[in-house]
Amino acid sequence: MPALGTHSPNRQGEVVATLRLLGYLALAVLLIVLDHRGGWLSGMREQAGLVVQPLWMAAGWPGRAVRRVYDDAGTLAQLTADNERLRNELLVSSARITRLQTLADDNVRLRALLGAAQSGGLDVQLAPILDIDLDPARQRLVLDAGGNQGVRVGQSVLDAGGLVGQVIEVRPLHATALLLTDPAHAVPVMVARSQVRLVAYGEGRSDLLRIPGIPLSTDVQVGDELVTSGLGGRFPPGFPVGTITGLEPDDSGAFLVGEVEPAAQLDRGRDVLLLRQVPSPPPEDAGRLPREAPAADDPDEGAVLPQGDGEVAAGEPAARPDAEDAP
Amino acid sequence: MSRRTRPWLLPASVLLAIVLGLLPLPELLQPLRPYWLALVVAYWLIEYPDRAGLGLAFACGLLADLAFGTLLGEQALRLVVMAFIIQRFRARLRFFPPWQQALAIGGLLFNDRIVDAAINVALGLPPLKGMFWLAPLAGMLLWPPVFWGLDAMRLGSWRRG
Repeated sequence: MPALGTHSPNRQGEVVATLRLLGYLALAVLLIVLDHRGGWLSGMREQAGLVVQPLWMAAGWPGRAVRRVYDDAGTLAQLTADNERLRNELLVSSARITRLQTLADDNVRLRALLGAAQSGGLDVQLAPILDIDLDPARQRLVLDAGGNQGVRVGQSVLDAGGLVGQVIEVRPLHATALLLTDPAHAVPVMVARSQVRLVAYGEGRSDLLRIPGIPLSTDVQVGDELVTSGLGGRFPPGFPVGTITGLEPDDSGAFLVGEVEPAAQLDRGRDVLLLRQVPSPPPEDAGRLPREAPAADDPDEGAVLPQGDGEVAAGEPAARPDAEDAP
Repeated sequence: MSRRTRPWLLPASVLLAIVLGLLPLPELLQPLRPYWLALVVAYWLIEYPDRAGLGLAFACGLLADLAFGTLLGEQALRLVVMAFIIQRFRARLRFFPPWQQALAIGGLLFNDRIVDAAINVALGLPPLKGMFWLAPLAGMLLWPPVFWGLDAMRLGSWRRG
């Protein structure tokens, strides 16, 4: 083969080249396996991740520019219409909040009577999405806020519709969120109607979650709303996750497989909300949680919300002083 | 053929390729996203073997893994495989006319897809969707402009047309 060309390597050179190839391949495979398992490499990866921050910033510029142009191009009529609509929404929302406030107060009082551990409100932080595409095989989101803005690993990510995912990596200027729909992600959910608890897994598609292994006798119907159950302690309970759009018997015929349409708009939107409370690492439920999620490093804060129904995970820390309600 | 090469061009082109790979694309075009980094690395392997070898491919791959959030080593593996094949056939590749070179690069990119799919299967990740197999075509079409562009930058003038 190497008879052509003047630079063709001789036999010895060929052997050396092949050996070098094998060396590099072995190194690459070793790295892949180590990183896939997740271990000491993840710490190193975080350090090395600092290198790519400027790349992400550069790649984010076009998206930001488009957004700015879009914002600047808004006409007066459009802005007036938006303003009107937002005013109306604000009115409706504030009315609703005042009503909920009394309910929340009631709830706190009743829980106090029951002696239950409880904490109040929804303390959130707004984080813009950095408009860049990561590997399409994995469902991730890069946030334009990082450690400098107080983002921490393990925070739940929400949007107006419901749960989006969780923060898995934090760098000074950026953070990476793992979406619900990533194949490595699982979220403990509860059917809002019947309180049945299930686990929803990502499928690698932005419009689908899957719930395997639902016993036939379970009280689940197409159209049921799912909310986070709070089991496992990773996500606070009560946030919408999605709606069941299909129930099929699985291959064995003994169980049902549920298809879920996520409540959050995972492929749209510019901003997400980050819950400030970071749940403690779950003591025993680790098997059900996403492989990639490292343990939260701030175990002194529990995360329980007013909607909670008392079925919080056993290992959840108690009694956090009430956080102020977000407007 | 290369006399005075601008030393900043290699790292600059690699970084630019990574940024291009990160740029947001509309949902429809998403699967067609060309593997810019592979094109750039292939260029340097073919045209500048003194500096570009398996090590460069490996290092570029690692950097890309960090940037794209893939498993560390995944793209490094893919690029090293590609680099090895290019090194073997470099003597021939260099004297191909551009369209034939583009075909060869298309073949290499397709092979890269196979390696990628094999890695995904081995790790139990979901397989690539059907459309993603079209990406090598996009890469193939982009090879001549990438090649001429880098050549022009490297030598400061148009070498061949």
